[in-house]
Amino acid sequence: MTLLRESALVMGKDLRIELRSRVALQQILPFGGVVLVLFAFALDPDRGLLSRVAPGLFWAAVLLAALLAVTRSFAVEDANRARDGLRLSGIDPGAVFLGKAAAIAVELLVLEAALGAGVVVLYDVEPRGVLLLACAALAATAGLAATGTVYGVLSSGLRARDTLVPLLVLPAVTPVMLGATRAFEAALDGVPGDGWPWVQLLVVFSALAVAAGVAVFGPLLEES
Amino acid sequence: MRVVHLRSAVCLLGRFPALAGADLDVFAGEVVLVTGANGAGKTTLLRVCAGLAPLRSGTAEVLGHDLRADRRAVRRAVAFVGHETFCYDDLTVAENLRFAALAAGRPASAAGDALERVGLGRLAAVAHGRLSQGQRRRLSLAVALARDARLLLLDEPHAGLDDAGRRVVDGVLAGAPAEGRTVLVASHEAELVRRYATREVQVTGGRVVERPRAAAGVEVAR
Repeated sequence: MTLLRESALVMGKDLRIELRSRVALQQILPFGGVVLVLFAFALDPDRGLLSRVAPGLFWAAVLLAALLAVTRSFAVEDANRARDGLRLSGIDPGAVFLGKAAAIAVELLVLEAALGAGVVVLYDVEPRGVLLLACAALAATAGLAATGTVYGVLSSGLRARDTLVPLLVLPAVTPVMLGATRAFEAALDGVPGDGWPWVQLLVVFSALAVAAGVAVFGPLLEES
Repeated sequence: MRVVHLRSAVCLLGRFPALAGADLDVFAGEVVLVTGANGAGKTTLLRVCAGLAPLRSGTAEVLGHDLRADRRAVRRAVAFVGHETFCYDDLTVAENLRFAALAAGRPASAAGDALERVGLGRLAAVAHGRLSQGQRRRLSLAVALARDARLLLLDEPHAGLDDAGRRVVDGVLAGAPAEGRTVLVASHEAELVRRYATREVQVTGGRVVERPRAAAGVEVAR
């Protein structure tokens, strides 16, 4: 079986589990929404400020929700020692990484679409530069999912997993937060030319994160 | 053909040597009963053979693959039925089996065949999380069959099963040699396995000791 077919198998399995459990729909998505609303309450007296900082608030909400998605993705491998089953399956660890990261990315893209609508409504933001927004979101999501998956397996199986994931992931995805926020600012300000260099940064970061993940996921899975 | 070959195998659980210089040879088509007291190292022995527990020292070959160099190749060809099912609670019985079969490079139809063989056909659409303990054990066995593994590693396969479930396990043990499978089965219910076992070994203090059939028979007679 090819790497891609094995990846698709793992991704399909993870997405099916999420569809069944509805954790993403009933917990992670509302969590992201609550974060947006809280930001809106905190900055409500200054509507101008709210729309100016909307890109940063949006990505902060996405990042916090992503931590839940990553933790959830590896929590399902703990029950019934499914992680041992995954190791016994003979699937290439690189494919396991790609499949799990792809499933997290799909969940995050759905989350971003919903939160994006929330930002437009709550923060009174006019969506402009849709192509730049979409490209930045895709590249940033890939970087978030790949980085989260690496640190997710690193901390899986540990009792301190729930607190360790944020500690490890948040500093590592600083370039994603920076690049995605700047690209979104440029798009919403109507100067997309300023945003594309940030998209390039996001693409490079994501490519490095995916390559590193494929390389190190196997040993980390063995140790988890 | 030698399916399992362990020499001076040492496996640590933390700092405790669960295997402390184990020697074992298992040949193709054998059904080997592994006995021993709680904590003697039976489960660790099976996990080492499955490539799930790392060797600290010694040599280990399973199906011709060096476990220290290529655990993945070993895992593709073995199936481990342990105390846990390795399945996902939110997936149905059929979905869990299908995933296991496809991951092992087998067609999806292998899942259906295995399901019928263990008598879980009517529960195909039920989520794993809703199964009873006995049904989970059967599903675990079905996963092993769906993978068409050449080496079956069974850890207390009769535990928690009703009479029908035990007959399923007996059928797997009885049919293994004809199906080209080799079986290493650890059990405290030795009398249930001895009927099918071609050989018996005992794990004591992390070491494997051969038990002559006569000695085992005497124990059965008692």
